[in-house]
Amino acid sequence: MGLRQFVDKIKPTFSEGGKLSFLHSTFEGFETFLYVPNTTTQRGAHVRDCNDIKRVMIMVVLALVPAMLVGMYNVGYQAGIEGILPAFWFGFLKALPTIIVSYVTGLAIEFAFAQKRKHEINEGFLVTGLLIPLVMPVTVPLWIVALSTAFAVIIGKEVFGGTGMNVFNPALLARAFAFFAYTPQMSGEAVWYADGKTGATALEQLATTGDMQWSVMDAFLGLIPGSLGETSTAAILLGAALLLFTGVASWRIMLSVFVGGLAFGYLFDAVGVTDYPAYYHLLVGGFAFGAVFMATDPVTSAQTNCGKWIYGFMVGALAVLIRVVNPAYPEGMMLSILFMNALAPLIDYFVVERNIARRKKLIKNVK
Amino acid sequence: MKLSKNFTNPLAANNPVIVQILGICSALAVTVKLEPACVMGLSVIFVTAFSNLVMSLLRNGVPSRIRIIVQLVVIATLVIVVDQFLRAYMYDVSKQLSVYVGLIITNCIVMGRVEAFALGNKPWDAFVDGVANGIGYALILIIVAFFRELFGSGTLFGFDVLARFGYVNNSLMLFPPMALIIVGVIIWIHRSINKDLQEK
Repeated sequence: MGLRQFVDKIKPTFSEGGKLSFLHSTFEGFETFLYVPNTTTQRGAHVRDCNDIKRVMIMVVLALVPAMLVGMYNVGYQAGIEGILPAFWFGFLKALPTIIVSYVTGLAIEFAFAQKRKHEINEGFLVTGLLIPLVMPVTVPLWIVALSTAFAVIIGKEVFGGTGMNVFNPALLARAFAFFAYTPQMSGEAVWYADGKTGATALEQLATTGDMQWSVMDAFLGLIPGSLGETSTAAILLGAALLLFTGVASWRIMLSVFVGGLAFGYLFDAVGVTDYPAYYHLLVGGFAFGAVFMATDPVTSAQTNCGKWIYGFMVGALAVLIRVVNPAYPEGMMLSILFMNALAPLIDYFVVERNIARRKKLIKNVK
Repeated sequence: MKLSKNFTNPLAANNPVIVQILGICSALAVTVKLEPACVMGLSVIFVTAFSNLVMSLLRNGVPSRIRIIVQLVVIATLVIVVDQFLRAYMYDVSKQLSVYVGLIITNCIVMGRVEAFALGNKPWDAFVDGVANGIGYALILIIVAFFRELFGSGTLFGFDVLARFGYVNNSLMLFPPMALIIVGVIIWIHRSINKDLQEK
């Protein structure tokens, strides 16, 4: 019996009036995961792009894969394991539980809410579930991952009405929760190494001494300690290329985040607050990862084109500002993106208002 | 309105904090620990009850044009009495509460009940309404403080409850945003139960 026949056979059990009808959206979720739904709208004309949410989300997951793989190798490399494959295998085993816990917790909550509210399961968590482990240190206790995932999905997303309605990026919210609730487990010297070694990250070294022990090339390739997915700027750029090529992420936001970061980096370098070159900011810490995967989140970023420029520039600028000026937070990317998430609707509002005012003036002049 | 209804209404169906969204600021500020939250709740019960009582007694003698000033004098007097009492007998708690006892004067619940209820009702009804609204406020304060102290410090009233089980304190609970989130969750649960409160 083929899979299609099997799915068709068990379908009545989950449909209206069936024995397991309360699990309808779970069944629906799995069915559409396996097959493209063949139901069509009965009335009215619909013009649809073939790019549905599922395909968009899968693209982002694919774009995350290079950063994840290099991150896994880097975990083994930082632990001092020789050889590419053994190092990768070591990191893979360290990172896998975090990824599983994040997916299981988040999807369980998503399914429960979809069941309760009787709507379809959204694909949004496919990306969030992978982003969360990538922005955490690899040594983070699993219960913290579970707790912060639950917090992000319930408080960050479901209270606002689920995927597409959230104000803040759920993955960043999970990290913010973990960071503020369990600061000792999320920052400091020991959390970045899987084998008990300790040492400051490149960001901390830059913040305290103004230089780092790694070369620019190491920082670019991702051979520096840090959260799982954030270290390798090269792999992130690979993902960025895929996102831009497929049109999933906004190039305006990505570009303006880098421009904003560089501008403020140069500013601080020029006035003598920092004495390392501005492009260091783009290579160390979560700047590149945040710019490519977090700031471009289509739900929480600005929607208008002009708004996207402002939003992106402010994300980059604020991230560098927090890094340089606030000694309590060596990494500013998380806070700056969350802050701009909150301001994004306001930016859009003013862009739209200005456009209306401009066109009104146009009409007046014609008259 | 019947007296019993008058008393139970502000506790849940028309709770001043989670339905009318009044007095949120102090709910965020004094709920890190249970003890100050309880004292704050009691102080507000006292002030709302007696300001309602006094204003209800005065309601026929006060010209409507100067009623706000009279209300402020009454409320301020009561708050100062509470403040001095706390300083004399519960100095530690009064230091923890710092300015928030004095700020009861500006608590919208007190003024709101005087304006909305005491000025149009008999003294006994007004007194009961004041007590009930104070309790409604204190209830939310205590629920929020319970969760914040339990999960933030692992204690209740300063006694160790969770730490002995190897509990790791959640320091986010000690920050004010978490109080806002807990109040939000209470509102969420409350409105899921009382469907008539949900806005369309």
